[in-house]
Amino acid sequence: MGRLSTEPRITRPDDFYEALIKAHRGLSDEQSRQLNASLILILANQVGDFEVLQQALNLAQEDGVARD
Amino acid sequence: MSGPDPAARQKGVRQSYSYPKYPFRRPAAVDSGTVEHQRVVIVGAGSVGLAAAVEFACLGIETVVLDDDDTVSAGSRAICWSKRTLEVLDRSGVAEPMVDKGVIWRQGRVYRGEREIYNFDLLPEAGHKMPAFINLQQYHTEEYLVDRAVTLGKTDLRWRNAVVDIDLDLDDGDPDDGGDLQGGGGALLTVDTPDGRYQIRADYVLAADGVRSTLRRAMGLEFQGRTFEERFLITDIRMNADFPMERRFWFEPSFHAGQSALLHRQPDNIYRIDLQLGPDADPVEESKPERVIPRVCKMVGEDLDFDLEWISVYTFTCRRMERFRHGPVFFVGDAAHVVSPFGARGGNGGIQDIDNLVWKLALVLGGEAPAALLDSYDAERLPAADENILNSARSTDFMTPKNQVSADFRRAVLSLAERAPFARTLVNSGRLSLPHVYAATALSTGDDDAFAGDGPVPGASALDAPVLLNGAQSWLLNHLGQRFVALCFVDPEALGDDWIKAWSKALASLTPSVDLVVVGRSDIASRSSIAILDDISGQAFARWAAKPGSVYLLRPDQHVAARWLEAPTVSVLAAALARAIARKEAG
Ligand SMILES: Cc1cc2nc3c(=O)[nH]c(=O)nc-3n(C[C@H](O)[C@H](O)[C@H](O)COP(=O)(O)OP(=O)(O)OC[C@H]3O[C@@H](n4cnc5c(N)ncnc54)[C@H](O)[C@@H]3O)c2cc1C
Repeated sequence: MGRLSTEPRITRPDDFYEALIKAHRGLSDEQSRQLNASLILILANQVGDFEVLQQALNLAQEDGVARD
Repeated sequence: MSGPDPAARQKGVRQSYSYPKYPFRRPAAVDSGTVEHQRVVIVGAGSVGLAAAVEFACLGIETVVLDDDDTVSAGSRAICWSKRTLEVLDRSGVAEPMVDKGVIWRQGRVYRGEREIYNFDLLPEAGHKMPAFINLQQYHTEEYLVDRAVTLGKTDLRWRNAVVDIDLDLDDGDPDDGGDLQGGGGALLTVDTPDGRYQIRADYVLAADGVRSTLRRAMGLEFQGRTFEERFLITDIRMNADFPMERRFWFEPSFHAGQSALLHRQPDNIYRIDLQLGPDADPVEESKPERVIPRVCKMVGEDLDFDLEWISVYTFTCRRMERFRHGPVFFVGDAAHVVSPFGARGGNGGIQDIDNLVWKLALVLGGEAPAALLDSYDAERLPAADENILNSARSTDFMTPKNQVSADFRRAVLSLAERAPFARTLVNSGRLSLPHVYAATALSTGDDDAFAGDGPVPGASALDAPVLLNGAQSWLLNHLGQRFVALCFVDPEALGDDWIKAWSKALASLTPSVDLVVVGRSDIASRSSIAILDDISGQAFARWAAKPGSVYLLRPDQHVAARWLEAPTVSVLAAALARAIARKEAG
């Protein structure tokens, strides 16, 4: 079974983060939500392994709960 | 010297530092009315202009420094000085008093609310003379620089000499270049003093006159970039507390709801506090002690007694000139580029400017390098300024999300950071100043592939290591810089005395001459004609990815010009040297 990695793997984190924020520049809230949804699906496909995706969903859910 | 805003000096706010007052002396040209001639004039005695002056002095070059004021930096500005800055200033003997006085740190802690989400270590290994960072008030740094310049005795420091105009349209007698802007004609500076006006014709001018540069304006040059709307309160407080020697940064702390906060410890029991205020804060109201005191109490605790040393409210900008060199005039430091302070890239970036420039001017003035070498100042320092601007702008952006999506992503990153280490790399509370690598410079010779990219690449700055010299403790960096060096890694057992003699002789006969510095793994210095630096810990070999026979050619600013895993011939090294000073070889 695949395991979700939470160690740093993004090669140029600051460049990535800037590109991510830039991609949303000038979009309406709805367009932004749509962009994020598409992006998640594209990245999920890149991850591929359902087990890993399930762990990612769990982490994000915990995180969402911990947040408030 | 210019502080942020004199109006910020309110009742109840008092600096404990007593400012030196440097004497004004009436320049001879005020009376004679003749135009004085100088080779190098530095306009502005801030940390950058003064650092240039002491480096010139160490290279044997006399300069005149003109400053419109008669003391050191007013108010509270730079505090964080980077390892590279200290290494540069160590060449001229200024770093030691700075490190002695400064608060040494290398750890940063990042909090969300009151919880630490992660911490980082900027120098996790031992074996470097200089620490990752020290905190030291800018006025102390400038005072040490002035003291050093006076001791070295080659700097004519002229206080209360304000440059009011500059004229480049001088005829150098060369009909081919239009008579100006090529450096041949120099620049004519008009200077106002309390006793009257005079003029200096300078072969070269360093414009180190700060963010509001008179020279930049007088020459009609643009200063473009971005202004951030966010306002930040910067206050220095004095208190008897024993907070750790580290950088602490809070996102959304309860003591300052919804905003960010930064705490730095300085010498003399002074602490620097940065509080984000939002774009709508009223700078006048927010600078009032009665507004500031409650904010500070909430942060440091109600039971701690403190005095206010300084208060100011800032907005930040990131800007640079399109080019830093204009004929005989070289813009350095804040005059050339400004950044927001997150990452401590302003003063430290300025020191790297003069690190890059001074040796080039010295070689050109000494007739040892062609004037074309001076073009490399723009080629090397413009990308460095862009790197500083990019990093400080990103940090400021992260602290001040501009829209809902960026706020959402930031919240997600901060909340993931505690559990998912990858998210920490996306948290941006400041990317602290590092030496720029001159990756694309024409002065470097292409890398030797045999290194496989390990060790300092061409364009990178030298790496320190502890060494023994004749049995006494020393540091590798103290043997590099201020002239070209061929740093040779050897196996002393296998090395013949003849080789050392022949090499040092051949290198000394090059123009400019190259010093041989030899590093070996054991000290058999007594046997050879040149002292061998003993790499006691093996860190020199390891950090430089060297093996016996490896050679690095280092520029006077301690940046790598070329390197070879297997020793090159003298003529190969000479070709790299020619390239490093922009000399075109025949054929
Ligand atoms: C709040 C704050 C915090 C900062 N923190 C840091 C930090 O931690 N680390 C860091 O590296 N940087 C920091 N900086 C940036 C740093 O202060 C500047 O980058 C640095 O002072 C630039 O030095 P300089 O010599 O180029 O310019 P300045 O220090 O501004 O010096 C310019 C000098 O020129 C003189 N001058 C001006 N006009 C004339 C004229 N016409 N004739 C003669 N003389 C003139 C002025 O009096 C002054 O002495 C900070 C800045 C601020 C505002």
